[in-house]
Amino acid sequence: MSITVNIPTILRPLTQDQKRVEATGSKVSEIIEQLEQQYAGIKEKVMADDQVHRFINIYVNDDDIRFTEGLETAVKAGDSITILPSVAGG
Amino acid sequence: MLTIHFKLVEAMIAQAKQDHPIETCGVIAGVEGSNLPLRFIPMINAAASETFFEFAPKQHLQVWRKMDENDEEPVVLYHSHTDSQAYPSRSDIELATEPQAHYVIIPTNPKYGDEIRSFRIVNGTVTEERVQVVNEYKSLEQPIIENGALAAAEAV
Repeated sequence: MSITVNIPTILRPLTQDQKRVEATGSKVSEIIEQLEQQYAGIKEKVMADDQVHRFINIYVNDDDIRFTEGLETAVKAGDSITILPSVAGG
Repeated sequence: MLTIHFKLVEAMIAQAKQDHPIETCGVIAGVEGSNLPLRFIPMINAAASETFFEFAPKQHLQVWRKMDENDEEPVVLYHSHTDSQAYPSRSDIELATEPQAHYVIIPTNPKYGDEIRSFRIVNGTVTEERVQVVNEYKSLEQPIIENGALAAAEAV
């Protein structure tokens, strides 16, 4: 069983317009690496230098990974990951 | 062009005035692909700033999940400018991530007028569009403004 990743509107051009994709891995960073293999270009939109971009939020189920172990946060089969860019501005 | 029910415009302006001098923000959801704003959802500005807004992350996640369940999408994303013209700022443009949405800006300093303005922001390009305020929608759906927000709108 794999992990479901919810893809935000802005990244859907990279996932052939799919809202949800499946990936396998044991932590968030591995999931992102696997997404990058399947959907090239996604990684740089989400992170740089091992850090998630300031205005990108990543959740494992209901938990913001900033308040857990960041990209090292563990995931298991059946979990869902949500990538959600902040709605923000000046 | 943005076609929007007057009650939704009133609700945005009421919330913006109430939050002034802090920037207000929120979303109006509609059925995916309909381009019709229906469900008014005021959001908490986690930045609580006069010059910046950011949807409170937890509320943002909940609201986006609900929209997903309902086959809705953000038709309007609105915020106020408390002391500048109602035109997207550099950060508004850099951080825009919903190319299908109408980005509405509400000026709350009378010096910059009192008309809301609407824009498309796609890949860093801003295009202003006309706003058509209507008394009713032709479709069966009508706007939904939940309790707190409605009270705020009626207090204008």
